Amino acid sequence: MTTASNGTPAIEFKDVVKRFGDNVVLDKLNFSVAQGDRVTLIGPSGSGKTTILRLLMTLEEANGGLILIDGDPYTHEYKGDRWVEIPEKRRRLVRKRVGMVFQQFNLFPNMTVLENITEAPIHVLGKSKKDAVERAEQLLEQVGMSEKRDFKTNQLSGGQQQRVAIARALAMDPEILLLDEVTSALDPEIVADVLGVLREIANTTDITMLLVTHEMQFAREVSNRVLMFDHGKIVEEADPETMFTNPTHERTQEFLKAVLGR
Amino acid sequence: MSDDLQALVDRLPSLGDAVLVTLEMTLGGAVLAMVVALVLGFGARTRSLWVRGPSRVVIEFFRGTSLVVQIFWIFYVLPQFGFKMEALAVAIVALGLNYGAYAAEVVRGSIESVPTAQWEAATALNLGWFHKVRRVVFPQAWALMIPQLANLLIQLLKGSALAFYITLHDVFWWIDNLQRDTRDTFFSYGVGLVIYFVIAYVLTWGMNWAEERAKRRLGRGTRPRLRDVFGLKPGVPTEIARVKGGVA
Repeated sequence: MTTASNGTPAIEFKDVVKRFGDNVVLDKLNFSVAQGDRVTLIGPSGSGKTTILRLLMTLEEANGGLILIDGDPYTHEYKGDRWVEIPEKRRRLVRKRVGMVFQQFNLFPNMTVLENITEAPIHVLGKSKKDAVERAEQLLEQVGMSEKRDFKTNQLSGGQQQRVAIARALAMDPEILLLDEVTSALDPEIVADVLGVLREIANTTDITMLLVTHEMQFAREVSNRVLMFDHGKIVEEADPETMFTNPTHERTQEFLKAVLGR
Repeated sequence: MSDDLQALVDRLPSLGDAVLVTLEMTLGGAVLAMVVALVLGFGARTRSLWVRGPSRVVIEFFRGTSLVVQIFWIFYVLPQFGFKMEALAVAIVALGLNYGAYAAEVVRGSIESVPTAQWEAATALNLGWFHKVRRVVFPQAWALMIPQLANLLIQLLKGSALAFYITLHDVFWWIDNLQRDTRDTFFSYGVGLVIYFVIAYVLTWGMNWAEERAKRRLGRGTRPRLRDVFGLKPGVPTEIARVKGGVA
Protein backbone atom coordinates (compact mmCIF):
# COMPACT_ATOMS: atom_id res chain seq x y z
CA MET A 1 0.00 0.00 0.00
CA THR A 2 1.24 3.43 -0.85
CA THR A 3 1.02 6.09 1.76
CA ALA A 4 -0.71 9.43 1.50
CA SER A 5 2.48 11.35 2.13
CA ASN A 6 4.28 10.83 -1.18
CA GLY A 7 2.00 13.17 -3.10
CA THR A 8 1.13 10.74 -5.90
CA PRO A 9 -2.59 10.99 -6.63
CA ALA A 10 -4.63 7.89 -5.77
CA ILE A 11 -6.46 8.22 -9.08
CA GLU A 12 -5.42 10.07 -12.18
CA PHE A 13 -7.29 10.34 -15.51
CA LYS A 14 -5.21 11.59 -18.44
CA ASP A 15 -7.12 12.45 -21.62
CA VAL A 16 -9.50 9.54 -21.07
CA VAL A 17 -11.90 8.92 -23.93
CA LYS A 18 -14.90 6.63 -23.72
CA ARG A 19 -17.39 6.10 -26.51
CA PHE A 20 -20.44 3.86 -26.76
CA GLY A 21 -20.84 3.55 -30.51
CA ASP A 22 -21.11 7.09 -31.82
CA ASN A 23 -21.98 8.47 -28.42
CA VAL A 24 -18.94 10.09 -26.85
CA VAL A 25 -19.40 9.77 -23.09
CA LEU A 26 -16.00 11.01 -21.94
CA ASP A 27 -14.05 13.35 -24.17
CA LYS A 28 -10.40 13.63 -23.13
CA LEU A 29 -11.22 13.79 -19.45
CA ASN A 30 -8.50 14.92 -17.05
CA PHE A 31 -8.76 14.89 -13.28
CA SER A 32 -7.06 13.47 -10.26
CA VAL A 33 -8.02 12.43 -6.77
CA ALA A 34 -5.55 12.73 -3.91
CA GLN A 35 -5.00 9.90 -1.43
CA GLY A 36 -7.69 9.94 1.22
CA ASP A 37 -9.87 12.37 -0.71
CA ARG A 38 -13.65 12.01 -0.64
CA VAL A 39 -14.91 13.11 -4.01
CA THR A 40 -18.55 13.27 -5.08
CA LEU A 41 -19.45 13.27 -8.75
CA ILE A 42 -22.70 15.02 -9.57
CA GLY A 43 -24.45 15.83 -12.80
CA PRO A 44 -27.42 14.85 -14.93
CA SER A 45 -27.80 11.23 -16.03
CA GLY A 46 -25.71 10.46 -19.08
CA SER A 47 -23.05 12.94 -18.01
CA GLY A 48 -20.48 10.15 -17.57
CA LYS A 49 -20.29 9.85 -13.76
CA THR A 50 -21.06 6.16 -13.55
CA THR A 51 -18.85 5.46 -16.56
CA ILE A 52 -15.91 6.90 -14.62
CA LEU A 53 -16.51 4.46 -11.77
CA ARG A 54 -16.97 1.58 -14.18
CA LEU A 55 -13.70 2.43 -15.95
CA LEU A 56 -11.98 2.44 -12.58
CA MET A 57 -13.34 -1.05 -11.89
CA THR A 58 -12.39 -2.23 -15.43
CA LEU A 59 -16.03 -2.99 -16.18
CA GLU A 60 -15.68 -0.78 -19.26
CA GLU A 61 -12.75 -0.37 -21.60
CA ALA A 62 -11.47 3.12 -22.35
CA ASN A 63 -11.07 4.13 -26.00
CA GLY A 64 -8.13 6.38 -25.31
CA GLY A 65 -6.02 7.98 -22.60
CA LEU A 66 -4.52 6.66 -19.38
CA ILE A 67 -5.92 5.76 -15.99
CA LEU A 68 -3.33 5.68 -13.22
CA ILE A 69 -3.78 4.26 -9.74
CA ASP A 70 -1.11 5.50 -7.31
CA GLY A 71 0.82 6.45 -10.44
CA ASP A 72 0.68 2.90 -11.86
CA PRO A 73 -0.82 2.43 -15.33
CA TYR A 74 -3.97 0.36 -14.89
CA THR A 75 -5.73 -0.61 -18.11
CA HIS A 76 -3.57 0.87 -20.86
CA GLU A 77 -0.11 2.31 -21.28
CA TYR A 78 2.08 3.86 -23.94
CA LYS A 79 4.85 1.76 -25.41
CA GLY A 80 6.69 4.40 -27.38
CA ASP A 81 3.86 5.99 -29.29
CA ARG A 82 1.61 2.97 -29.20
CA TRP A 83 -1.38 2.91 -26.85
CA VAL A 84 -1.61 -0.71 -25.68
CA GLU A 85 -3.84 -2.74 -23.40
CA ILE A 86 -2.32 -3.99 -20.17
CA PRO A 87 -2.92 -7.75 -19.80
CA GLU A 88 -5.35 -9.05 -17.19
CA LYS A 89 -2.56 -10.47 -15.04
CA ARG A 90 -1.06 -7.02 -14.43
CA ARG A 91 -4.45 -5.36 -14.15
CA ARG A 92 -5.31 -7.64 -11.27
CA LEU A 93 -2.36 -6.37 -9.26
CA VAL A 94 -3.69 -2.83 -9.55
CA ARG A 95 -7.37 -3.77 -9.27
CA LYS A 96 -6.64 -5.23 -5.85
CA ARG A 97 -6.50 -1.68 -4.52
CA VAL A 98 -9.96 -0.76 -5.80
CA GLY A 99 -13.34 -1.85 -4.43
CA MET A 100 -16.86 -1.07 -5.54
CA VAL A 101 -20.38 -1.02 -4.15
CA PHE A 102 -23.17 -1.22 -6.74
CA GLN A 103 -26.59 0.34 -6.99
CA GLN A 104 -28.22 -3.11 -7.18
CA PHE A 105 -25.94 -4.68 -4.48
CA ASN A 106 -25.05 -7.65 -6.75
CA LEU A 107 -24.54 -10.10 -3.92
CA PHE A 108 -23.95 -13.74 -4.93
CA PRO A 109 -27.25 -15.58 -4.35
CA ASN A 110 -25.55 -18.98 -4.21
CA MET A 111 -23.61 -18.02 -1.09
CA THR A 112 -24.55 -17.07 2.43
CA VAL A 113 -23.94 -13.57 3.75
CA LEU A 114 -20.70 -14.72 5.38
CA GLU A 115 -19.50 -16.57 2.28
CA ASN A 116 -20.15 -13.50 0.14
CA ILE A 117 -17.70 -11.61 2.35
CA THR A 118 -15.04 -14.30 2.81
CA GLU A 119 -14.91 -15.66 -0.76
CA ALA A 120 -12.51 -13.13 -2.25
CA PRO A 121 -10.29 -12.61 0.82
CA ILE A 122 -9.69 -16.37 0.98
CA HIS A 123 -9.30 -17.04 -2.76
CA VAL A 124 -7.83 -13.76 -4.00
CA LEU A 125 -5.89 -12.39 -1.04
CA GLY A 126 -4.97 -15.86 0.17
CA LYS A 127 -6.15 -15.29 3.72
CA SER A 128 -6.74 -18.29 5.95
CA LYS A 129 -10.38 -19.20 6.44
CA LYS A 130 -10.13 -18.36 10.13
CA ASP A 131 -8.72 -14.89 9.50
CA ALA A 132 -11.25 -14.18 6.75
CA VAL A 133 -14.19 -15.24 8.91
CA GLU A 134 -12.89 -13.22 11.85
CA ARG A 135 -12.59 -10.10 9.72
CA ALA A 136 -15.99 -10.73 8.08
CA GLU A 137 -17.64 -11.01 11.48
CA GLN A 138 -16.04 -7.78 12.56
CA LEU A 139 -17.31 -6.05 9.40
CA LEU A 140 -20.79 -7.53 9.81
CA GLU A 141 -20.81 -6.14 13.33
CA GLN A 142 -19.80 -2.76 11.96
CA VAL A 143 -22.63 -2.69 9.41
CA GLY A 144 -25.12 -4.11 11.89
CA MET A 145 -25.70 -7.43 10.15
CA SER A 146 -24.14 -9.94 12.56
CA GLU A 147 -27.26 -11.97 13.19
CA LYS A 148 -27.81 -12.55 9.45
CA ARG A 149 -24.41 -14.09 8.76
CA ASP A 150 -25.76 -17.51 7.76
CA PHE A 151 -28.71 -16.25 5.71
CA LYS A 152 -28.97 -16.55 1.96
CA THR A 153 -28.87 -13.14 0.36
CA ASN A 154 -32.40 -13.23 -1.05
CA GLN A 155 -33.72 -13.61 2.46
CA LEU A 156 -32.55 -10.04 3.13
CA SER A 157 -34.19 -6.72 2.42
CA GLY A 158 -32.56 -4.26 0.03
CA GLY A 159 -31.02 -2.19 2.80
CA GLN A 160 -29.62 -5.29 4.47
CA GLN A 161 -28.19 -6.53 1.17
CA GLN A 162 -26.50 -3.21 0.58
CA ARG A 163 -24.92 -3.25 4.04
CA VAL A 164 -23.55 -6.73 3.30
CA ALA A 165 -22.26 -5.49 -0.06
CA ILE A 166 -20.42 -2.67 1.72
CA ALA A 167 -18.87 -5.18 4.13
CA ARG A 168 -17.90 -7.39 1.18
CA ALA A 169 -16.08 -4.54 -0.53
CA LEU A 170 -14.31 -3.51 2.68
CA ALA A 171 -13.16 -7.07 3.37
CA MET A 172 -10.73 -6.67 0.46
CA ASP A 173 -9.08 -3.74 2.26
CA PRO A 174 -9.30 -1.42 -0.73
CA GLU A 175 -7.38 1.83 -0.86
CA ILE A 176 -10.05 3.24 -3.12
CA LEU A 177 -13.77 2.66 -2.68
CA LEU A 178 -16.19 3.39 -5.51
CA LEU A 179 -19.81 3.97 -4.52
CA ASP A 180 -22.20 3.92 -7.47
CA GLU A 181 -25.59 5.36 -6.45
CA VAL A 182 -25.64 2.96 -3.54
CA THR A 183 -28.92 4.21 -2.11
CA SER A 184 -30.87 4.72 -5.34
CA ALA A 185 -32.53 1.30 -5.26
CA LEU A 186 -33.54 1.53 -1.59
CA ASP A 187 -36.75 2.53 0.13
CA PRO A 188 -36.50 6.06 1.53
CA GLU A 189 -36.68 4.98 5.19
CA ILE A 190 -33.76 2.58 4.72
CA VAL A 191 -31.49 5.07 2.96
CA ALA A 192 -30.53 6.69 6.27
CA ASP A 193 -29.29 3.34 7.68
CA VAL A 194 -27.00 2.74 4.74
CA LEU A 195 -25.73 6.32 4.72
CA GLY A 196 -25.05 5.98 8.44
CA VAL A 197 -22.84 2.97 7.76
CA LEU A 198 -20.96 4.84 5.05
CA ARG A 199 -20.57 7.92 7.22
CA GLU A 200 -18.91 5.80 9.90
CA ILE A 201 -16.52 4.31 7.36
CA ALA A 202 -15.69 7.78 6.08
CA ASN A 203 -15.02 8.97 9.63
CA THR A 204 -12.97 6.01 10.82
CA THR A 205 -10.81 5.11 7.81
CA ASP A 206 -8.59 6.95 5.35
CA ILE A 207 -9.95 5.12 2.29
CA THR A 208 -10.09 7.25 -0.83
CA MET A 209 -13.73 7.47 -1.85
CA LEU A 210 -15.31 8.31 -5.14
CA LEU A 211 -19.07 8.54 -4.99
CA VAL A 212 -21.86 9.05 -7.45
CA THR A 213 -25.00 9.99 -5.55
CA HIS A 214 -28.18 12.00 -5.63
CA GLU A 215 -28.09 12.38 -1.85
CA MET A 216 -26.76 15.92 -1.81
CA GLN A 217 -26.94 16.30 1.97
CA PHE A 218 -24.82 13.18 2.37
CA ALA A 219 -22.38 14.33 -0.30
CA ARG A 220 -22.02 17.58 1.59
CA GLU A 221 -21.29 15.80 4.86
CA VAL A 222 -18.73 13.22 3.77
CA SER A 223 -16.97 14.67 0.76
CA ASN A 224 -14.32 17.35 0.65
CA ARG A 225 -14.61 17.90 -3.09
CA VAL A 226 -17.47 17.92 -5.55
CA LEU A 227 -17.13 17.64 -9.31
CA MET A 228 -20.02 18.71 -11.50
CA PHE A 229 -20.19 16.82 -14.82
CA ASP A 230 -22.04 17.58 -17.97
CA HIS A 231 -21.57 15.80 -21.29
CA GLY A 232 -18.43 14.04 -20.13
CA LYS A 233 -16.66 17.17 -18.99
CA ILE A 234 -16.09 18.75 -15.60
CA VAL A 235 -17.97 22.01 -15.69
CA GLU A 236 -17.32 23.02 -12.12
CA GLU A 237 -15.21 21.85 -9.22
CA ALA A 238 -15.47 23.09 -5.64
CA ASP A 239 -15.65 22.17 -2.00
CA PRO A 240 -19.16 20.98 -1.08
CA GLU A 241 -20.04 24.15 0.84
CA THR A 242 -19.36 26.37 -2.17
CA MET A 243 -20.81 23.95 -4.67
CA PHE A 244 -24.13 23.55 -2.92
CA THR A 245 -24.65 27.09 -1.67
CA ASN A 246 -22.92 29.24 -4.23
CA PRO A 247 -22.26 27.47 -7.54
CA THR A 248 -20.78 29.70 -10.21
CA HIS A 249 -21.52 27.83 -13.39
CA GLU A 250 -24.97 28.25 -14.89
CA ARG A 251 -25.27 24.52 -15.67
CA THR A 252 -24.57 23.66 -12.03
CA GLN A 253 -27.13 26.16 -10.82
CA GLU A 254 -29.77 24.65 -13.11
CA PHE A 255 -28.91 21.09 -12.08
CA LEU A 256 -28.89 21.76 -8.35
CA LYS A 257 -32.12 23.68 -8.64
CA ALA A 258 -33.74 20.68 -10.31
CA VAL A 259 -32.31 18.18 -7.80
CA LEU A 260 -32.74 20.17 -4.61
CA GLY A 261 -36.03 21.65 -5.72
CA ARG A 262 -35.23 25.22 -4.89
CA MET B 1 -51.44 -64.73 -22.36
CA SER B 2 -50.18 -67.21 -19.75
CA ASP B 3 -47.61 -68.36 -22.30
CA ASP B 4 -46.55 -64.74 -22.67
CA LEU B 5 -46.14 -64.39 -18.93
CA GLN B 6 -44.20 -67.64 -18.78
CA ALA B 7 -41.86 -66.36 -21.49
CA LEU B 8 -41.49 -63.09 -19.60
CA VAL B 9 -40.64 -64.89 -16.36
CA ASP B 10 -38.16 -67.10 -18.21
CA ARG B 11 -36.38 -64.09 -19.63
CA LEU B 12 -36.45 -62.01 -16.44
CA PRO B 13 -33.01 -63.10 -15.18
CA SER B 14 -31.39 -61.55 -18.27
CA LEU B 15 -33.33 -58.29 -17.90
CA GLY B 16 -30.87 -57.07 -15.27
CA ASP B 17 -27.93 -57.29 -17.67
CA ALA B 18 -29.94 -55.58 -20.41
CA VAL B 19 -30.96 -52.72 -18.12
CA LEU B 20 -27.34 -52.43 -17.04
CA VAL B 21 -26.19 -52.01 -20.66
CA THR B 22 -28.87 -49.35 -21.26
CA LEU B 23 -27.88 -47.54 -18.06
CA GLU B 24 -24.19 -47.70 -18.95
CA MET B 25 -24.93 -46.09 -22.29
CA THR B 26 -27.26 -43.51 -20.76
CA LEU B 27 -25.01 -42.46 -17.90
CA GLY B 28 -21.78 -42.76 -19.89
CA GLY B 29 -23.36 -40.79 -22.71
CA ALA B 30 -24.69 -38.20 -20.26
CA VAL B 31 -21.29 -37.67 -18.61
CA LEU B 32 -19.57 -37.32 -21.98
CA ALA B 33 -22.39 -35.08 -23.23
CA MET B 34 -21.95 -32.80 -20.22
CA VAL B 35 -18.21 -32.49 -20.82
CA VAL B 36 -18.84 -31.78 -24.52
CA ALA B 37 -21.60 -29.31 -23.60
CA LEU B 38 -19.37 -27.38 -21.20
CA VAL B 39 -16.49 -27.15 -23.66
CA LEU B 40 -18.67 -26.20 -26.63
CA GLY B 41 -21.09 -24.08 -24.60
CA PHE B 42 -18.32 -21.89 -23.23
CA GLY B 43 -16.48 -22.06 -26.55
CA ALA B 44 -19.54 -20.75 -28.37
CA ARG B 45 -19.66 -17.62 -26.25
CA THR B 46 -16.00 -16.56 -26.22
CA ARG B 47 -14.96 -13.42 -28.01
CA SER B 48 -12.23 -15.15 -30.01
CA LEU B 49 -13.48 -16.25 -33.42
CA TRP B 50 -10.86 -19.03 -33.46
CA VAL B 51 -12.62 -20.72 -30.57
CA ARG B 52 -16.19 -19.65 -31.25
CA GLY B 53 -16.15 -20.65 -34.93
CA PRO B 54 -15.11 -24.29 -34.47
CA SER B 55 -17.41 -24.65 -31.46
CA ARG B 56 -20.39 -23.53 -33.52
CA VAL B 57 -19.44 -25.82 -36.43
CA VAL B 58 -19.21 -28.86 -34.15
CA ILE B 59 -22.51 -28.00 -32.43
CA GLU B 60 -24.35 -27.54 -35.71
CA PHE B 61 -22.82 -30.68 -37.23
CA PHE B 62 -23.83 -33.02 -34.43
CA ARG B 63 -27.25 -31.42 -34.01
CA GLY B 64 -27.90 -31.44 -37.70
CA THR B 65 -27.01 -35.04 -38.58
CA SER B 66 -29.08 -38.06 -37.60
CA LEU B 67 -28.10 -40.01 -34.49
CA VAL B 68 -28.56 -43.34 -36.29
CA VAL B 69 -26.27 -42.25 -39.10
CA GLN B 70 -23.70 -41.03 -36.56
CA ILE B 71 -23.79 -44.37 -34.73
CA PHE B 72 -23.42 -46.30 -38.01
CA TRP B 73 -20.59 -44.02 -39.09
CA ILE B 74 -18.61 -44.57 -35.94
CA PHE B 75 -19.34 -48.31 -35.90
CA TYR B 76 -18.98 -49.21 -39.58
CA VAL B 77 -17.08 -46.43 -41.33
CA LEU B 78 -14.43 -45.27 -38.85
CA PRO B 79 -12.88 -48.79 -38.59
CA GLN B 80 -12.02 -48.46 -42.29
CA PHE B 81 -9.76 -45.59 -41.24
CA GLY B 82 -8.28 -47.59 -38.40
CA PHE B 83 -10.47 -46.34 -35.53
CA LYS B 84 -12.12 -49.39 -34.08
CA MET B 85 -14.02 -49.26 -30.82
CA GLU B 86 -16.17 -51.68 -28.88
CA ALA B 87 -19.89 -51.36 -29.54
CA LEU B 88 -20.59 -49.95 -26.06
CA ALA B 89 -17.91 -47.28 -26.51
CA VAL B 90 -19.32 -46.42 -29.94
CA ALA B 91 -22.78 -45.93 -28.44
CA ILE B 92 -21.45 -43.75 -25.60
CA VAL B 93 -19.37 -41.61 -27.95
CA ALA B 94 -22.24 -41.13 -30.43
CA LEU B 95 -24.79 -40.35 -27.73
CA GLY B 96 -22.33 -38.08 -25.92
CA LEU B 97 -21.47 -36.05 -29.03
CA ASN B 98 -25.05 -35.81 -30.30
CA TYR B 99 -26.70 -34.84 -27.02
CA GLY B 100 -23.64 -32.85 -25.97
CA ALA B 101 -24.26 -30.60 -28.98
CA TYR B 102 -27.83 -30.00 -27.84
CA ALA B 103 -26.75 -29.53 -24.23
CA ALA B 104 -24.08 -27.03 -25.34
CA GLU B 105 -26.88 -24.69 -26.37
CA VAL B 106 -28.52 -25.22 -22.98
CA VAL B 107 -25.25 -24.43 -21.20
CA ARG B 108 -24.62 -21.35 -23.35
CA GLY B 109 -28.16 -20.05 -22.88
CA SER B 110 -28.12 -20.57 -19.11
CA ILE B 111 -24.72 -18.95 -18.68
CA GLU B 112 -26.01 -15.97 -20.63
CA SER B 113 -29.10 -15.81 -18.42
CA VAL B 114 -26.97 -15.10 -15.36
CA PRO B 115 -27.07 -11.31 -14.99
CA THR B 116 -23.98 -9.43 -16.19
CA ALA B 117 -24.01 -7.74 -12.79
CA GLN B 118 -22.88 -11.01 -11.22
CA TRP B 119 -19.79 -11.12 -13.47
CA GLU B 120 -19.14 -7.47 -12.64
CA ALA B 121 -19.43 -7.99 -8.90
CA ALA B 122 -16.95 -10.83 -9.23
CA THR B 123 -14.58 -8.61 -11.22
CA ALA B 124 -14.87 -5.94 -8.54
CA LEU B 125 -13.65 -8.54 -6.04
CA ASN B 126 -10.75 -9.28 -8.40
CA LEU B 127 -11.70 -12.93 -8.93
CA GLY B 128 -10.03 -14.65 -11.90
CA TRP B 129 -12.10 -15.89 -14.86
CA PHE B 130 -12.12 -19.55 -13.86
CA HIS B 131 -12.97 -18.69 -10.28
CA LYS B 132 -15.85 -16.45 -11.39
CA VAL B 133 -17.29 -19.26 -13.46
CA ARG B 134 -16.81 -22.01 -10.91
CA ARG B 135 -17.94 -20.23 -7.79
CA VAL B 136 -20.33 -17.51 -8.94
CA VAL B 137 -21.77 -17.96 -12.43
CA PHE B 138 -22.01 -21.73 -12.87
CA PRO B 139 -23.88 -22.46 -9.63
CA GLN B 140 -26.53 -19.95 -10.72
CA ALA B 141 -26.64 -21.17 -14.32
CA TRP B 142 -26.82 -24.77 -13.13
CA ALA B 143 -30.23 -24.21 -11.50
CA LEU B 144 -31.52 -22.85 -14.82
CA MET B 145 -29.99 -25.69 -16.83
CA ILE B 146 -31.29 -28.71 -14.97
CA PRO B 147 -34.91 -28.81 -16.28
CA GLN B 148 -33.67 -28.70 -19.89
CA LEU B 149 -30.85 -31.14 -19.20
CA ALA B 150 -33.43 -33.49 -17.63
CA ASN B 151 -35.35 -33.44 -20.91
CA LEU B 152 -32.21 -34.26 -22.85
CA LEU B 153 -31.30 -37.05 -20.44
CA ILE B 154 -34.66 -38.74 -21.05
CA GLN B 155 -34.22 -38.35 -24.80
CA LEU B 156 -30.71 -39.76 -24.51
CA LEU B 157 -32.06 -42.81 -22.65
CA LYS B 158 -34.59 -43.45 -25.41
CA GLY B 159 -32.01 -42.73 -28.11
CA SER B 160 -29.82 -45.45 -26.62
CA ALA B 161 -32.29 -48.04 -27.98
CA LEU B 162 -30.63 -47.52 -31.36
CA ALA B 163 -27.55 -49.32 -30.04
CA PHE B 164 -29.43 -52.55 -30.60
CA TYR B 165 -28.52 -52.13 -34.26
CA ILE B 166 -24.82 -52.28 -33.46
CA THR B 167 -25.08 -55.61 -31.63
CA LEU B 168 -25.50 -54.35 -28.08
CA HIS B 169 -27.63 -56.43 -25.73
CA ASP B 170 -29.58 -53.58 -24.21
CA VAL B 171 -33.20 -53.27 -23.09
CA PHE B 172 -34.48 -53.00 -26.64
CA TRP B 173 -32.59 -56.17 -27.61
CA TRP B 174 -34.20 -57.90 -24.64
CA ILE B 175 -37.66 -56.75 -25.72
CA ASP B 176 -37.00 -57.85 -29.28
CA ASN B 177 -36.08 -61.31 -28.04
CA LEU B 178 -39.22 -61.39 -25.93
CA GLN B 179 -41.20 -60.65 -29.04
CA ARG B 180 -39.45 -63.46 -30.90
CA ASP B 181 -40.21 -65.93 -28.08
CA THR B 182 -43.84 -64.98 -27.70
CA ARG B 183 -44.73 -63.90 -31.24
CA ASP B 184 -46.96 -61.38 -29.43
CA THR B 185 -46.08 -57.85 -30.52
CA PHE B 186 -48.74 -56.17 -28.36
CA PHE B 187 -47.48 -57.86 -25.22
CA SER B 188 -43.70 -57.55 -25.81
CA TYR B 189 -43.62 -53.97 -26.97
CA GLY B 190 -46.12 -53.11 -24.22
CA VAL B 191 -43.61 -54.49 -21.71
CA GLY B 192 -41.00 -52.42 -23.56
CA LEU B 193 -42.96 -49.22 -22.98
CA VAL B 194 -43.23 -49.98 -19.29
CA ILE B 195 -39.51 -50.74 -18.80
CA TYR B 196 -38.34 -47.54 -20.54
CA PHE B 197 -40.96 -45.54 -18.68
CA VAL B 198 -39.79 -46.85 -15.31
CA ILE B 199 -36.13 -46.05 -16.07
CA ALA B 200 -37.09 -42.61 -17.40
CA TYR B 201 -39.16 -41.94 -14.31
CA VAL B 202 -36.28 -42.78 -11.98
CA LEU B 203 -34.01 -40.44 -13.96
CA THR B 204 -36.64 -37.67 -13.84
CA TRP B 205 -36.95 -38.12 -10.10
CA GLY B 206 -33.17 -37.80 -9.74
CA MET B 207 -33.06 -34.65 -11.84
CA ASN B 208 -35.93 -33.10 -9.87
CA TRP B 209 -33.97 -33.74 -6.73
CA ALA B 210 -30.89 -32.10 -8.27
CA GLU B 211 -32.96 -29.12 -9.36
CA GLU B 212 -34.46 -28.65 -5.93
CA ARG B 213 -31.01 -28.87 -4.38
CA ALA B 214 -29.57 -26.31 -6.80
CA LYS B 215 -32.46 -23.93 -6.16
CA ARG B 216 -32.12 -24.30 -2.42
CA ARG B 217 -28.49 -23.28 -2.71
CA LEU B 218 -29.74 -20.07 -4.29
CA GLY B 219 -32.19 -19.61 -1.41
CA ARG B 220 -35.12 -20.39 -3.69
CA GLY B 221 -36.09 -23.89 -2.51
CA THR B 222 -39.79 -24.62 -2.65
CA ARG B 223 -40.00 -27.92 -0.82
CA PRO B 224 -38.75 -29.07 2.56
CA ARG B 225 -35.64 -31.19 2.52
CA LEU B 226 -36.02 -34.97 2.72
CA ARG B 227 -33.86 -34.85 5.81
CA ASP B 228 -36.42 -32.55 7.40
CA VAL B 229 -39.41 -34.62 6.29
CA PHE B 230 -38.03 -37.97 7.44
CA GLY B 231 -35.76 -36.65 10.14
CA LEU B 232 -36.03 -38.08 13.63
CA LYS B 233 -36.31 -34.71 15.32
CA PRO B 234 -39.80 -33.35 14.82
CA GLY B 235 -40.22 -29.64 14.38
CA VAL B 236 -36.75 -29.05 12.97
CA PRO B 237 -37.12 -25.67 11.28
CA THR B 238 -36.96 -26.14 7.53
CA GLU B 239 -35.31 -23.78 5.12
CA ILE B 240 -38.80 -22.70 4.02
CA ALA B 241 -39.82 -21.66 7.47
CA ARG B 242 -36.62 -19.71 7.78
CA VAL B 243 -37.23 -18.01 4.46
CA LYS B 244 -40.68 -16.99 5.57
CA GLY B 245 -39.47 -15.77 8.93
CA GLY B 246 -36.30 -14.25 7.59
CA VAL B 247 -37.54 -11.71 5.09
CA ALA B 248 -37.90 -8.35 6.67
